[in-house]
Amino acid sequence: MADTTEQSRFSRAWQNILLVLVFALGAWAYASGVLPQIFELWEDIVFLTQQHLGLVAISGGLAILVGIPLGVWLTRPSMRRYAEIVIQLLNIGTTIPTLAILALSMSLLGIGALPSIFGLWLATLLPIVRNTYTGIQSVPAHLIESATGMGMTQAQILMRVELPNALFVIFAGVRTALAINVGTVPLAFLIGGGGLGELIFTGIALDEFGMMLAGAIPTAMLAILVDFAVGQVQFWAVPRGVNPLR
Amino acid sequence: MIALENLTKIFETPSGSVIAADQITMEVVEGEICVLLGPSGCGKTTVLKMVNRLIMPTSGKIYIDGKDTDEYDPVALRRTIGYVIQQIGLFPNKTIEENICVVPDLLGWDREKSKARAAELLEMVALDPGVFLKRYPKELSGGQQQRVGVIRALAADPPVMLMDEPFGAIDPINREVIQDEFLKMQEALGKTIMFVSHDIDEAVKMADKVAIFRAGRLEQYGSPDDILAHPANSFIADFVGGDRALKRLRLITVEEAMMKDPPRVRPEDTLEKATGLMRENGHISVVMVGPRGRPRGFIHINDAKERKGLVGEHYEKLPATVNVREDLRTAVSEMFTHDLTWLACVDDEGFFKGYVTQRGITHLLGETYRDG
Repeated sequence: MADTTEQSRFSRAWQNILLVLVFALGAWAYASGVLPQIFELWEDIVFLTQQHLGLVAISGGLAILVGIPLGVWLTRPSMRRYAEIVIQLLNIGTTIPTLAILALSMSLLGIGALPSIFGLWLATLLPIVRNTYTGIQSVPAHLIESATGMGMTQAQILMRVELPNALFVIFAGVRTALAINVGTVPLAFLIGGGGLGELIFTGIALDEFGMMLAGAIPTAMLAILVDFAVGQVQFWAVPRGVNPLR
Repeated sequence: MIALENLTKIFETPSGSVIAADQITMEVVEGEICVLLGPSGCGKTTVLKMVNRLIMPTSGKIYIDGKDTDEYDPVALRRTIGYVIQQIGLFPNKTIEENICVVPDLLGWDREKSKARAAELLEMVALDPGVFLKRYPKELSGGQQQRVGVIRALAADPPVMLMDEPFGAIDPINREVIQDEFLKMQEALGKTIMFVSHDIDEAVKMADKVAIFRAGRLEQYGSPDDILAHPANSFIADFVGGDRALKRLRLITVEEAMMKDPPRVRPEDTLEKATGLMRENGHISVVMVGPRGRPRGFIHINDAKERKGLVGEHYEKLPATVNVREDLRTAVSEMFTHDLTWLACVDDEGFFKGYVTQRGITHLLGETYRDG
């Protein structure tokens, strides 16, 4: 009890310090003329944010649509012999920098939105597949035995026992994947994919601090927002009995 | 009824084939609990799991209520058999209600009907449905989870139940309580039950029949008393333990062992009458009962001979009595605790029904050896 009040007092102090810092930052930004510069670019920001979000939604959505079934498929008895190999290959895949993936994707598919989506999809896929796989693998064997012994079919065991019990871990994978995705989308500008990267890289190239911030701040905010949104879905969608957050 | 016929299972392992069940032939009579007993690796669990096809037999047949289980689809078959495992296996993502409703749902029961059933079953094991239906398994204690595990298996009212060390993971005190509860439920339900255990005490307590396995073979099949009194070979004798004769005490109730309609005196009787009664029966003491027949005390023959007057003036208090429904283990324990050679037995209302003596118990336990 004493511990929690101690903690909340501690975090309240930090909140206050943070507020002061944000205020100081805003004051500085306004005084130095960066803020007006950012607001001049407002239309660009709105347009590019939409484009940015589009890339996230399509590549991330496709990664979820492919990653979860792929992860599930790897846990099936028929795939058991190959699953570890596939996961190892995917692991090696993650060690390739995302910029390199985008470059490779460009050399395959040219420039524009398509190679960007493909590259982002590939970079996002791995955490989802891996977490789905390990999530389902770590459902205790006795639950499967109990479900089988009560007369569930393979499909019923998957839908009623394995997936619900792995859901928290699967969501954790989706969260990581989307965080990587949002943060990687700016690089898509380099292969003609658009998005907020346009402001960031142009700002760097022109040495325009305000323009760079106009791209970087919304990107950071989007990352936080997406993570928060997925976190909320995770909180409410995972049944209470297997949700350590509730 | 469950009948096994030449049931055999051979596992092929890299180091050669292992015979987990070797030509098992046995029958579990309808409404009885049959405990499969043996050291680990003896094949008892393999035999159990072949009944609901979690393990496919290599050869042999299994009949449930006379029907060959080969003719069923395994999934359909399992829905008609209650199954309880040691790890309980409640689904943590489902509430208690959803857990209990798993098999009714699979069978396509009406939702309202299965919900009502869930509440009814919870009440049967003394868990308040209002409190527990909407809880998740992690919010229950181990003992409560185990109770739910058992009633979940009963949800669709299957005639046959398979239980794989269902009470193995519970602390000894709770285990006794749950075993008693379960036996009481079974008295009313009369399921045909196959029950795996490695604990001889549990087997003696729960079983109508015990099947003892060793290395895939059925070594002996009989009533607990039979196995304790006449172990077929030295392996079984060792397995059931050197104190097997003492374990039999648990199988006999006080009522079965006591001398019924014993002589008794009332407080207003004279000591001469008491002495006469004792001589007549060859006893050295006699119980004094109250007006309605509850034992109040006793009087020893030496006291009765030396003194004059009424029994009510000279009796001694009874240090202990025993209920006729208790087993002999309790009775003997009472005798040792109070340093007695006999005990007065009373029924639930406290009326004097008879007495048990140490000699009588020894005689009763020894009977089976003299006959053999």
